[in-house]
Order: sequence, then C-alpha cells, then structure tokens
Amino acid sequence: MDVNEYIESGILELYVYGLLTEQENLEISKLAQENEVIATEILSIEKAVLQLSSSFSPFLSAENFEKIKAKLELKHGKVIPIQRKSGSSALIGWAASLLFLLGAGYFYFNWKQTSEQLIVTGNDKTKLEETVVDLEIRNKSTETALDVVRDENNTVVALAGQAVAPQSSAKVYWNKQSNTVYVDATGLPEPPEGKVYQVWALKLTPLTPTSIGLLEGFQNNGSRFFSVENAAGAEAFGITLEPAGGSKSPTLEQLYTLGKV
Amino acid sequence: MTQEQLLQMIADKEERAYTHMYNMYSKSLFAVISNMIKDRDEAEDVLQETFVKIWKNIASYNESKGRFYTWILNVARNTAIDKMRSKGFNNSRKNLSSDNFVHLLEDGSRMNSRIDAIGLREFVKKLKPKCIEIINLLFFQGYTQQEASDELGIPLGTVKTQNRNCINDLRTYLQV
Repeated sequence: MDVNEYIESGILELYVYGLLTEQENLEISKLAQENEVIATEILSIEKAVLQLSSSFSPFLSAENFEKIKAKLELKHGKVIPIQRKSGSSALIGWAASLLFLLGAGYFYFNWKQTSEQLIVTGNDKTKLEETVVDLEIRNKSTETALDVVRDENNTVVALAGQAVAPQSSAKVYWNKQSNTVYVDATGLPEPPEGKVYQVWALKLTPLTPTSIGLLEGFQNNGSRFFSVENAAGAEAFGITLEPAGGSKSPTLEQLYTLGKV
Repeated sequence: MTQEQLLQMIADKEERAYTHMYNMYSKSLFAVISNMIKDRDEAEDVLQETFVKIWKNIASYNESKGRFYTWILNVARNTAIDKMRSKGFNNSRKNLSSDNFVHLLEDGSRMNSRIDAIGLREFVKKLKPKCIEIINLLFFQGYTQQEASDELGIPLGTVKTQNRNCINDLRTYLQV
C-alpha cells in the first residue's frame, strides 16, 4: 500500500470525524499501530479539528464544570487514615490549610482581576484604534486646508461683515490656476436651524450674482473650511443666509459678508 | 498526557481525569452541540448528559474502535440528536438549522476564547465557502459521505478529497 496515496485519499479525516464503519475503524487503528506516519497524521488531523471547534465554542461558565462534576461518581484521591499524635500537629495542620485557603483565594482573585483586565485592555485598544483612525481623517482634512491656504497661486479675498452682522467675516481662497475656490468660514456665526449660508460670485457691472455653493454641514465641519464651485470671472464674493437648500438669487437683507477681489 | 494515561485515569474515576477531560474537550464538544441546538440551556444540558454518558460507558470504549476524541464526539452528536427528537423533531437532520458553525462567532460577547477566535475569524474569512460547508456537514453535524454529497451536489467520490484539502488549509494555518 502506498502510504502517501492512502493519506491523500482523505479517509483519515473521516476516521477522526467518526464517519466510518466499524470494520474500517478496526483496519485504520491497526494500520496506525504499525505505521508511524499514519499515526502522526491522525494526531495532526485531530489537533486541527479540536482547535477549530474549540475556538467556536460559546462561553461556558465555571458553573458547568461544577454541575457536571456533581453528577459523576468521582474518587477524591485515596483516603489515608491519620493517627492523631498530638494537639500541636493538628493545630499546624489547621494553620497550614488556612494559609492555603487564603493563598488560593488570593490567587483566584488575582487571576480573576487579570482576566477582567485583559478584556478591558482589549476594548481600550479597539477604542484607541478608532480614535487614531478618526484623528488621521481629521489630520488629512487639516492638511488639505493648509495646502490650499499655502498655495502661492491663490488670490485671497477678505470678506467683511455687513449691516446684518458687522462682526462676521470670511475668507475666499481662489486659485485661478486650478480653478478651485475654498471658503474659510471661521468668522461666521453658526446658522440658525433651517438656514444655510450661500456663497455668491458677483460681477459688478451690471451686478450679477451667481451661486457657487452652500456651506452645508456647518456644525459638523470642525475646520469650517469649505470647497465651493469655480468662480470664473468673479469680481467680488458675498455670503448670505438663506433658507435650507439655498435660493435662486441672494436675499440681500441677509448679506453677512462681502469683499471685492 | 497521552490518550492511554487519560483513559486509565477515567477508568479509575479519578477526579483529575475529569478536570483534564473537561479542559481538553468541553469547548470542542460544546461548539458541536451548540451548532445543532440553538437554545443555550438545552445545549448545556446536552453537554452535561454527554459527560455523564462518557463517564458511565467508558468500559465500552476501546482503542480499536477509533480515537477517544472521535468516540466522545459521536456521543455528543448522538445525545444532541436524541434531545432534538425528544423535543418533537422526528427527522433531526432535516430540522437542523441551515446555519453553519460560523454563526457561533456572530455573538462575540459569548465566545470562550476570544483571542483564538479573532485569528480564526480572519482565517475563516479566507477559507473557501465550500470548505466551511463541507466541514460543517461532515465534522460538526456528522453527515455521511453520501448525505454530504447529496446536500452539496458534488460527486460522492470527491467529498473525501475536498474535505482533505480544506483540512490541509486549516492545518497550514494552525501549523499542525
């Protein structure tokens, strides 16, 4: 018999699973006794499925161990009668067992704490990993903002506060080479519920406003840095407060900031 | 401890034989049982019954019949099937859940060996779906080759070799 071929046939796996006939089992257990390679192979297969299945076990509480133990007839070691010699040795015995109990209790307590600690540490690790990812994302957006601000091809337009909100301000970074426009809105108050800031590119003669975007998600944008649409030919920029979704033309009474290029 | 030493200790009904056996096999058996019986309390009952049967019938086992692990695996599967029958499922096989053993991972909070499981979870993702099915039917649920061939719609002759290939992948991963 070719041992390798026999092993590769997959019959030994079925042997470990317990799916063969009594006759086949007899044959294989005999073969295993005679042939070291087959015996080792069987052990390895057993190890693999034992580990696989053990790892898929739902949690088993210590209670189960005790419950089952109570149902089995167990010998608790051999009982050796003790001759009492003197009171003091009995006392030492009691003292020793008390010490042992205390020790065992201490170790159990420690073990318990350590294993709880392990779970807590695992959870902490997951949280930390989430935080790191979060920070990486924020870092990315900050970097983007920095890149935009630093770009030498930018025309920076400062928008000054208007009648409705004299304290507010904003900056527009207009890169004519890449045709991108960013708005730094840190100087604007949070818009009231149901309202949104709308950015306008303006041509002055005659005055023609073109909407180039909404500052959506204002509360959630920590850096208050927004990308808006291209503003070809703009001569000024303005920001108005509009109902959610934006308006077709600017509500001039709600003009927050304005600035000329 | 070798299988022979453990068997001798069980035959002598030694307490440490039980402890050893429980540590070594209870999780594996409980996974197999839980895969067949969803209800947690009933699955625990079956595990208890399994141990009691092993303990009582140890004299009827001998090594010419197969591995000790194989024997207790069969005791566990049969006890689970008996339990299902007693609950009114006449044809236990057909009433088995269509889930495979991977569903046992879904409730992570209940896992015994979280750390092992994390690695295995990754591994199982890589394991071919066919492998999960075939290991589930043959090992976890004790299907015969014929039954597995019918269920999976693959030729009888390839059940054995496909399973072998899957176990080889597992062994490469576990390095056993």
